[in-house]
Amino acid sequence: MTASQDTIGQICKLLEPFNSTGKVLTPDTEISTDLNIDSVAVMDFVMEVEDHFDIEIPLNVVSETHSINDLAMVVDARTKKA
Amino acid sequence: MQMIDLLEKHKGIAERHARMMAMGVDAVGLTNDKILSPTRAVINGRETILAGTNNYMGITFDADCVRAGQDAMAEFGTGTTGSRIANGSYALHKELESELAKFLKRKHCIIFTTGYQANLGMMSGLAGPKDTIFLDADSHSSIYDGCALSGAKLVRFRHNDAADLDKRLARSEGEEGGRLVVVEGIYSMLGDRAPLADFVEVKKKYGFQLLADEAHSFGVLGPHGRGLADEAGLEDDIDFIVGTFSKSIGAIGGFGAGNHPLFETLRYAMRPYMFTASSSPASVATSLAAVRKLAAEPERRGRLGVNSARLFAGFKGLGLDLGCDTVSPVIAVKCADEISTIAMWNALLEAGVYVNIALPPGTPNRLCLLRCSVSAAHSFDDIDKIIALFGKVVASRAAA
Ligand SMILES: Cc1ncc(COP(=O)(O)O)c(C=O)c1O
Repeated sequence: MTASQDTIGQICKLLEPFNSTGKVLTPDTEISTDLNIDSVAVMDFVMEVEDHFDIEIPLNVVSETHSINDLAMVVDARTKKA
Repeated sequence: MQMIDLLEKHKGIAERHARMMAMGVDAVGLTNDKILSPTRAVINGRETILAGTNNYMGITFDADCVRAGQDAMAEFGTGTTGSRIANGSYALHKELESELAKFLKRKHCIIFTTGYQANLGMMSGLAGPKDTIFLDADSHSSIYDGCALSGAKLVRFRHNDAADLDKRLARSEGEEGGRLVVVEGIYSMLGDRAPLADFVEVKKKYGFQLLADEAHSFGVLGPHGRGLADEAGLEDDIDFIVGTFSKSIGAIGGFGAGNHPLFETLRYAMRPYMFTASSSPASVATSLAAVRKLAAEPERRGRLGVNSARLFAGFKGLGLDLGCDTVSPVIAVKCADEISTIAMWNALLEAGVYVNIALPPGTPNRLCLLRCSVSAAHSFDDIDKIIALFGKVVASRAAA
């Protein structure tokens, strides 16, 4: 399953300030491992995503999302509901 | 099939540690060869001022506390060899619980083997998979771990931001299950306090149960030393408090307390209470003696306040960038980056003062910190030496 391109694009924009590796972000980029972002920074980043889309992404859900696409699918599902 | 080495994933940690060791420093593997007093140790063969111990009351060598521990060990033995559920309580456990309940002015108190377990126990005992825990973003790891153990839905709100909590509560309005909000009295890294009155306002609007971890504020804040809720005059609005014996009490152990009529049932619902050995007699007895000291000697709290204000003012005078703008015994200096923080920490140690080094991800906002904790047992001379050394090592670097 893939998320909407639009959501992926917006997430990438929010993620860029946390990306100190210079790697190009793709839907398959693993947020924590590929970009070497520690656990606290991942939670901070997700908070930005929550506020940007005005949705709630509980930490339990965060721990099950790894790639940008995973997170975008969560966002898509939760923005639709609202 | 090929074996995947489980420890391989920690290679990054080993590399980071090796980089530190290459600088000739092992900031996370320090050994105190001798402890001379609450504020002095021998480290690397040098007598060193301790300014990173959380020994707020300077009570670790108090003659009455030491004797209470020795007597209890002689009378009840070295350990309890089991949990209270399996092996039964010792009279001492119950005595400490009732003394502490009296001190805290709470109907019920349950003690744990460590403060870490107190948070694991309280979070997982209070909240279950159908409930939601709203926790401050800067919460201590023991709170995060307790939340994970609970199986509850976890929502993180921006640090000390009641409006942000309000927004997140509104987002989850209508969901099933109870809601627990968790804050801390004094945050262990930056030394700032939770704006309790703001959170209590939000509580009145939404209705939830509120827990405060007073680990760094118990014994320290408030006219009676009961913590931030005591200082803020809001104890009736805080449903549960958690605390530790490892800081102002100078021992080891932790507690949860509250007035809820069903509070005692938590004893049969908290795995970190049920499935671990209870505190040793010596530990319980020293904690008990220390709680009585805190109640009988409020001047310790006064002295701690004076010392904290002196260090805070001294650091401000040096132009250092501090963790927060209110005085507490936790005074953190923000530094530029990991390498310079390690170098300064080492220079301070070589000059004879030990402070904590705190680096991401153990810190909020990826900060690199030199964290001091003040003790009532520090002399003015100690405080002035710490200020002078920070002037020499830290302020001069920041200016350079
Ligand atoms: C806020 C907070 N809660 C809980 C704990 C855990 O306490 P303990 O060290 O007694 O396990 C600590 C300290 O380590 C703490 O800073």
